[in-house]
Amino acid sequence: MLNKKECVAMLLAGGQGSRLFALTSNIAKPAVSFGAKYRIIDFTLSNCINSGIDTVGVLTQYQPLVLNEYVGNGQPWDLDRTFGGVHILSPYEAKTDTSWYKGTANAIYQNIRFMKNYDPEYVLILSGDHIYKMDYDKMLEAHKAAGADCTIACMEVPMSEAPRFGILNTNPDGTIYEFEEKPAKPKSNLASMGIYIFTASKLFKYLELDNEDPKSEKDFGKNVLPAMLNAGEKMLSYRFQGYWKDVGTITSLMEGNMDLLGLEPNFELHDNDRVIHSRSPLAPPAFIGGDVVNSIVANGDEIYGKVLNSVVGTNCVVEEGAEVIDSVLMGNITVKKGAKVFYSIIDEEVVIGENAQIGETKEKACKVEGKTAGISVLGRGIKVKAGGKVAAGDIVDKDVL
Amino acid sequence: MAASTVGVIFSSINDEYVPELTRVRSIGSVPYGGRYRLVDFPLSNMVNAGITTVGVITRNNYQSLMDHLGSGKYWDLARKDGGLILLPPYSDESETLYKNRLEALKSCTSFLRKSNADYVVLADANAVYKLDYSKIIDYHIKNNADITLAYHEHVFDGRAYMTFRTDTDERINEIEVDTAADYERKNYIGVMVFRRSHLLSIIQNAIKCGYKSLSRDVLIRELPNLRIYGYKYEGFYADISSLSAYFKANMALLDCKIRNEIYGARDIYTKVNDSPPAKICDTGKIKNSLISDGCLIEGTVENCVLFRGVKVGKGTVVRNCVIMSETEIGENCTLSYVVCDKETSISDGIILAGIESQPYFIHKGTNI
Repeated sequence: MLNKKECVAMLLAGGQGSRLFALTSNIAKPAVSFGAKYRIIDFTLSNCINSGIDTVGVLTQYQPLVLNEYVGNGQPWDLDRTFGGVHILSPYEAKTDTSWYKGTANAIYQNIRFMKNYDPEYVLILSGDHIYKMDYDKMLEAHKAAGADCTIACMEVPMSEAPRFGILNTNPDGTIYEFEEKPAKPKSNLASMGIYIFTASKLFKYLELDNEDPKSEKDFGKNVLPAMLNAGEKMLSYRFQGYWKDVGTITSLMEGNMDLLGLEPNFELHDNDRVIHSRSPLAPPAFIGGDVVNSIVANGDEIYGKVLNSVVGTNCVVEEGAEVIDSVLMGNITVKKGAKVFYSIIDEEVVIGENAQIGETKEKACKVEGKTAGISVLGRGIKVKAGGKVAAGDIVDKDVL
Repeated sequence: MAASTVGVIFSSINDEYVPELTRVRSIGSVPYGGRYRLVDFPLSNMVNAGITTVGVITRNNYQSLMDHLGSGKYWDLARKDGGLILLPPYSDESETLYKNRLEALKSCTSFLRKSNADYVVLADANAVYKLDYSKIIDYHIKNNADITLAYHEHVFDGRAYMTFRTDTDERINEIEVDTAADYERKNYIGVMVFRRSHLLSIIQNAIKCGYKSLSRDVLIRELPNLRIYGYKYEGFYADISSLSAYFKANMALLDCKIRNEIYGARDIYTKVNDSPPAKICDTGKIKNSLISDGCLIEGTVENCVLFRGVKVGKGTVVRNCVIMSETEIGENCTLSYVVCDKETSISDGIILAGIESQPYFIHKGTNI
């Protein structure tokens, strides 16, 4: 039966991404541009199709306009299917209980009927704001082989960072005996990546129980997973090795982009086996007339100035005498003659006037303290007047006139 | 928006002009300008003129064309009603492989009959240009013409399929075929407009009388009886009539003005590939070049058009070259005036050079 799916993926894409400040004023975090031609959600959607999962619910809530349009019918990811495919799931009005998604678990709970449509054996829960390449099918195999009720993907993080994560304490056979959400004194450095495979029947059962619990915060990490563990369900850890990055902060977004540069980058996009698909914009090849060194350029760029250690998104223009150094230009950006952009993240549709200066050189900017550790951030559609200045570490969401 | 019109593209007429490139494909699927195929130009022109039913006539070697066009979704032509329709040879009335436009049309009469459009645009696929077909159709209607032929006064390369003269109101009074292109005359650019009913009767008549050639047996023979008009196109036009013309047409894109004219509006559509963005390494140096997605540049690239996924190794210098997709050039090579077809591989230390009028050509899939 075509409509029966062994595994259905549910992708949580409703987060506000408040730590990205101006970059998420008008769009959801998964829709933020990344790596010159991608949006963050491309990585998770591509992982799904590359793992043979062709039914994906994308749960949106916060500022979904760009995201909805971007995901569309799923065609760029081969997810435009007659049976299955990608579906945008936004909160809806119901006969009795109408509400926004109140937490990760509640968001999935409200879409139980969507999942049940496909009569799945397993449900994969994902979040749409991580950069990584992963074969979920291998994880599913491990889940099946162990006869687990829930499998949590995890990876080792430096002990110093462990308090920021949900930490798994495991037995030698990989089963989990304790789950600590952001512990002050972690017992291990095995961090949950927010990727869960549930045996569907168990998921539905515990979501329903969680929904009836008035004290629950309706969160997987805080409520559902501990509840399953307490009830003695078999919880398995699945170790992931490879690149994985949560790009939920300005600094990590900058790092993530910089991880793409170089001959042997930390994260390799040139990968014929696991292609990252995206809604590639229609643009001619990049024209390069100026100096471009150790950088990534996308189609549609016209570069007459200097670009160094930077990621330049689709349809950007860097005019003569302009310099872009240690920066991320997201797309449709014009850097006019003589303007300088140092150590900055510039959102789409920004125009930087002649001889304007954004940020300070990386060496100087790194010493600036603040929310973005010296990285200057320009929000979507900002205009900076000729000769305008934006200081290192500033977050700009109004035109600089 | 053009008056109700159906489009027909000859994807395989004039293949013989560039045998190097058409050995493995039809002229319509010859790669051009970094990420396009020649058929993208007439096809996009049609879509931009609001023509949403387009038949693409194929002949031989059309595997790569089919792969490129697919369902037509990249041109927004994956439709229930109309859309992109591939017209393979040996259909309808034909028993042999067609040799020219008229025979090709015989094999697609049922496509033309099925349509209920008033007009038909016939376009070749061996040129790069942006012509608003709705204007030529309006012009055709305004002149109450039987046939309208688009022409250019400039000569891009030495050859012309057809040239003509007109009287002062652009009505054509003399036609020559297979001649050298001529500044004194008007050079046909491969776009014709007919009333659909008229074209169908021409095809019927051709079958009855055994006519073979649209230009000789219809246009020239019927010139005194028909209202045939010329439509002047003044934009950039590059006829791919030889390998050197192909080279020149690619290099033309390095001119900012021409690039803007062709690509500025971002309305030439093509198949999308999910290559990662281009990467230029520490040792990479690029000057005045078009670089497509998926390229990895460690060497020097000057005055080049690089297609998707081209790798240029350390110490290598590539000047004045057209390098098609997935080509790998090793370290310490020197290439100048080379046209490199797809998926070739050039080992370390190789030196290759052609001249502007005779670029050195490397066949698809060659290892050097």
